[in-house]
Amino acid sequence: MSDARRQACIVGVGETLYTKWGQQAYRGEWSLACEAVLKAANDAGLAVEQIDGVASYSNDSSVPWLMQQALGLPQLSFASMVWGGGGSGACGAIAHAAAAVESGQAQYVAVFRSLCQGEGHRYGQAGGYNELPHLNFMTPFGMFAPPFMVAPLVQRYIYEFGAKPEHFGEVALACRENAHRNPRAVMGGRPLTMEDYLTSRIIASPLRLYDCCLENDGACAVIVTTQERARDLKKKPIRILAAAQGGNPGWGDGALGGHNMPVDEYGAGNGKTLAKRVYEKAGVTPADVDTVQIYDHFTGLVLMTLENFGFCGRGEAGPFVAAGNIRWPHGTLPMNTSGGHLSEAYIHGLNLVVEGTRQLRGESTSQIANAEVCLVTAGLSASPLSAAILGV
Amino acid sequence: MAYLPEEIPGPQPTTEDRPFWDYCQQRELRFQRCAACRRFRHPPTPVCPHCRSFDSEWIAAPETGEVFSFSIVHHPAHPAMKGKLPYNLVVVDFPACDHARLVSNLVDVPPEEIRIGMPVTVVWETAGNGMLVPRFKKKETL
Ligand SMILES: [Zn+2]
Repeated sequence: MSDARRQACIVGVGETLYTKWGQQAYRGEWSLACEAVLKAANDAGLAVEQIDGVASYSNDSSVPWLMQQALGLPQLSFASMVWGGGGSGACGAIAHAAAAVESGQAQYVAVFRSLCQGEGHRYGQAGGYNELPHLNFMTPFGMFAPPFMVAPLVQRYIYEFGAKPEHFGEVALACRENAHRNPRAVMGGRPLTMEDYLTSRIIASPLRLYDCCLENDGACAVIVTTQERARDLKKKPIRILAAAQGGNPGWGDGALGGHNMPVDEYGAGNGKTLAKRVYEKAGVTPADVDTVQIYDHFTGLVLMTLENFGFCGRGEAGPFVAAGNIRWPHGTLPMNTSGGHLSEAYIHGLNLVVEGTRQLRGESTSQIANAEVCLVTAGLSASPLSAAILGV
Repeated sequence: MAYLPEEIPGPQPTTEDRPFWDYCQQRELRFQRCAACRRFRHPPTPVCPHCRSFDSEWIAAPETGEVFSFSIVHHPAHPAMKGKLPYNLVVVDFPACDHARLVSNLVDVPPEEIRIGMPVTVVWETAGNGMLVPRFKKKETL
């Protein structure tokens, strides 16, 4: 962006209590969404009345006209819903919000995601994804839930590259260690050893229990505005250097559909073209990235994402993580410093944006000294997936 | 008895995939192919992604496909699967049909014997709603 004053940035973050699924069903998703947005506005030092745009994804149930009503917003100039399965749209909603404030369609956009898996459905159960267009090619054969949809991709990855169970386990352990330092993390204080990981029950081979993310109730939100408007607010603005949606050609609905992705990419993921675009837009390379918040719905897809986004070569992510690279504080690329979806909470990717923002503010519970650039990714294996690069 | 219990939902044909399922009811496995450029596509779509022709034809799949990937499911995400675990999921590839692939099950292979690359042939089983669906068995090698 040539005009730095109009560059989009994140000025506020907020989240509700995160719990195990079902424990906040008594409140419901709408209430949680409102609380998260109010907390984000408060964090920014922004009067709630100034919010004039909302953005969400994955068919969030808290529709904009009811958010406007509940929060008493005098004007709703912008309302955006990102298409796509699972949390693949988390950074897409950030991209929409950034476009809205940079183009002047809105001044302060609240991006939010609220989930009560006890209120409607659980993603880990049959029927949790009953709106997918190609269920005819999945459900009659028992492919009911996301772990079953993703397991064949990870199986193929192992077949092609020889990844070891301990490689996947390292992802789970690294996230859990970060969760122990984060009081918001649902799994904080519950130790996880490699022995625990390796002996945990198989959900859908090769996926063990601890390869799979949590199912939670909770909501979070961020406020997006321009650099110019951010000057009047309380917190250091975190710049959105790039935020984009994308996906490789021919992926269709990928793992959440008939599994007819391109042969060479089936066990590799669909993030490569998106990665190229966000790096180019942000003007950075993987070597410039200080920390990553990688969408960790399943450990195997974390390894694929690290490869797609250029932190190691294809098939090399297993040894890369086994060498300690993703560990806080001494790894070359500390990852999911809040505990991620595996150990903080599964708020469909937006909590990873919140943590990325905290890292660049210097407010993380697993703070990386002088962190200046953070990559956040959302939803590998669905399309369009999305990613954002945040900078100080 | 079918590989999965009758409580598991059968297909509910849509505008696009109805021909696929209609052929299945005749115990024929056919994939959609562009009538103009002769390239296969699956799941069915209204227009060819290569030449944008709306004309398509339905071509019989070869007798043999191969296991492209698989998973052994140990978790009863559907209540009807309680007590009937584990079961397998396979992704069957038809290289000669531009790698059209089906998610399905292998009806006669123990979990520990399933391998990527294993040749398989179609068998027809009745889903809970009475519709025939394609499942697979290990190809007999002489
Ligand atoms: Zn064609």
